[in-house]
Amino acid sequence: MDFNLSCPIPKSEYDKVLLAHGGGGTLSHHLLQKIFFSQFKNELLDVQHDGAMFEIDENKFAFTTDSYVVSPIFFPGGNIGELAVNGTVNDLAVCGAKPLFISAGFIIEEGFEIEELWKIVLSMKSAADKANVKIVTGDTKVVDKGKGDKLFINTSGIGLIEKDVNISPANCKAGDVILLNGKIAEHGIAIMSAREGLEFETEVISDTAPLNGLVDLILLTSKNVHVMRDPTRGGIASSLNEIASTAEVGILIDENKIPISEEVKGACEILGLDPLYIANEGKLLVFAAEEDSEKILNVMRSHEFGREAQIIGKVVADNPKSVVMKTLVGSTRIVDMISGEQLPRIC
Amino acid sequence: MKYIDEYRNSETAKFLAERIQKATSKSWNIMEVCGGQTHTILKYSIDELLPKEINLIHGPGCPVCVTPLEMIDKAIAIASRKDVIFASFGDMLRVPGSEIDLLTVKANGGDVRMVYSPLDAVKIAKQNPDKKVIFFAVGFETTAPANAMSVIEAKRLNLKNYSILCSHVLVPPAIEALLSSQNSLIQGFLAAGHVCTVMGYEEYIPLSEKYKVPIVVTGFEPIDILQGVYQCAKQLEEKKYEVKNQYSRAVRREGNLSAKKIIFEVFEVTDRKWRGIGNIPKSGYKVKAKYSMFDSEKIYDVGDIEVNESPVCIAGEILQGIKKPTECSAFGKECTPEHPLGAPMVSTEGACAAYFHYKKFDTAISEK
Repeated sequence: MDFNLSCPIPKSEYDKVLLAHGGGGTLSHHLLQKIFFSQFKNELLDVQHDGAMFEIDENKFAFTTDSYVVSPIFFPGGNIGELAVNGTVNDLAVCGAKPLFISAGFIIEEGFEIEELWKIVLSMKSAADKANVKIVTGDTKVVDKGKGDKLFINTSGIGLIEKDVNISPANCKAGDVILLNGKIAEHGIAIMSAREGLEFETEVISDTAPLNGLVDLILLTSKNVHVMRDPTRGGIASSLNEIASTAEVGILIDENKIPISEEVKGACEILGLDPLYIANEGKLLVFAAEEDSEKILNVMRSHEFGREAQIIGKVVADNPKSVVMKTLVGSTRIVDMISGEQLPRIC
Repeated sequence: MKYIDEYRNSETAKFLAERIQKATSKSWNIMEVCGGQTHTILKYSIDELLPKEINLIHGPGCPVCVTPLEMIDKAIAIASRKDVIFASFGDMLRVPGSEIDLLTVKANGGDVRMVYSPLDAVKIAKQNPDKKVIFFAVGFETTAPANAMSVIEAKRLNLKNYSILCSHVLVPPAIEALLSSQNSLIQGFLAAGHVCTVMGYEEYIPLSEKYKVPIVVTGFEPIDILQGVYQCAKQLEEKKYEVKNQYSRAVRREGNLSAKKIIFEVFEVTDRKWRGIGNIPKSGYKVKAKYSMFDSEKIYDVGDIEVNESPVCIAGEILQGIKKPTECSAFGKECTPEHPLGAPMVSTEGACAAYFHYKKFDTAISEK
């Protein structure tokens, strides 16, 4: 007898998962929409923020999770452990939440050096102390040699949102200014240079950092912060595109205003990569009402993770759902959502 | 950053745009040969800065785009073998073959690795003596010296497990093929600066004379392109046709002699099929017989491969500059970077991908 499954597999161009499905671009987006969101659908998930936000007994909370599979696990400027703590802290912070508690799950490959594990745990402790969060629960699994890549870490976190804080893409409107706390693409280039053994004259160091202190300061300074994002994989271009499309607004940025170091610029030139799409781990995008922009910029620059903050653009009514950039030579172009991983060019 | 910032300066760009405007009295079709230049033109919206009389035609200089489908299917067949590590530059991995691409081979369990240099592939061969390592040697004259060097290095190390799948293509024969075509609209060329860094520009002089077209060796930054267009348009207006060198900070007339020596030690000129264009005589390199033990085509018999190009894809006309990507009925619909029907949509240097990323569907963007 013929019968239909109640939930047929959604139509996809791929019958296997490709690496690009995890790259943060259009393919990742399709995977989330078609496979996960279509089934897990609910009012909290549908907001599609970095974490879920909900109320219990009139208290507002944010809840988030993230897995860390970076290779190599030690890289210039940090390691997988502090990345796992900072990443979850940052996901909570950009929801406007004060991070309270974090869980840590470890998937360890048989044969992994205990000494390396110890180093990672120590740096997680120090990152948690610095961000003022407690690691309150966890899990450890060991898999056969060859079934993992040294160490994977999952962290989840829960944070409390102050009553008067309301951060959501829906609040974002034409006229808002967009601020960025510092130089882009440093984490991605640090990882790439460690992974590929690329050597540059000056070492590029990951920007991994907890952003909750900076966010606290910003939220104390202004009640007109509308959206915040930590642009990790996919870079600032992907985060800006996500906001433009969720909030149904246009975004105009100025290439001249985007902070970027000479070393990162040089590495991108050599590899043929666009820094707008390269990962960050300590960057913060803030969308706020124009009247508060100077105030926020000044307070950002007073913080150790915001010294090089800039106003990089604004929200506009034109070109809804797209990001447009004024280029260095004075023309304008679309900054698109990237489809998969950026692939270095042949020549 | 020196050699970058001054070539992306908005004041200089404005100044050059005005000079081009002043120098131009009628319409000119100028082809930028290299995909890297196409990318710059779209990335910096150079067309916005140019007078409407200057029509830039995007040339076939994207190595990923012109690599024939048979060769990609061959690469896929070799890469799927259990005893093989297949190494390639990143942007070849997503080029669709008849059925799948190399990234799908990887997802299916094949050992496909992205490398930044063919010498990295030699290193992999040295570290994996029980595996056969193949490097996909694709590109114009630009990548030929490094690819040839990898063969010389493998020989020096006495490696028996390294070979290259060679699909090199050459610029001057392609320019000649375009110029001799009945359909050709091209009146001037911006030649590819990187290719000329290796090869010099002497071989362009007879082409310029025979077809009476100005050829300007041009770099890849926005200011380079504007200077190249200016030097080309000025010659067209003055009815001159010479080879000029805009990219003099990198290119010498004779090119890089040591690089050329390495190329001709390992490679010899051969006829080559270009995807979308067809067979062009003497337009590629193949591995010389004396290095045949490093030639994947000699080692692996993957049999005759039958190929099926997508019937709607107009890559051929796009690569010849006859049509713009937006004139294709599949552009942005069935054919997108996630699901490319033809190679120009895959590589970031392909004209279709550049249009898709930067211009999308030719909708005007406004700045307010």
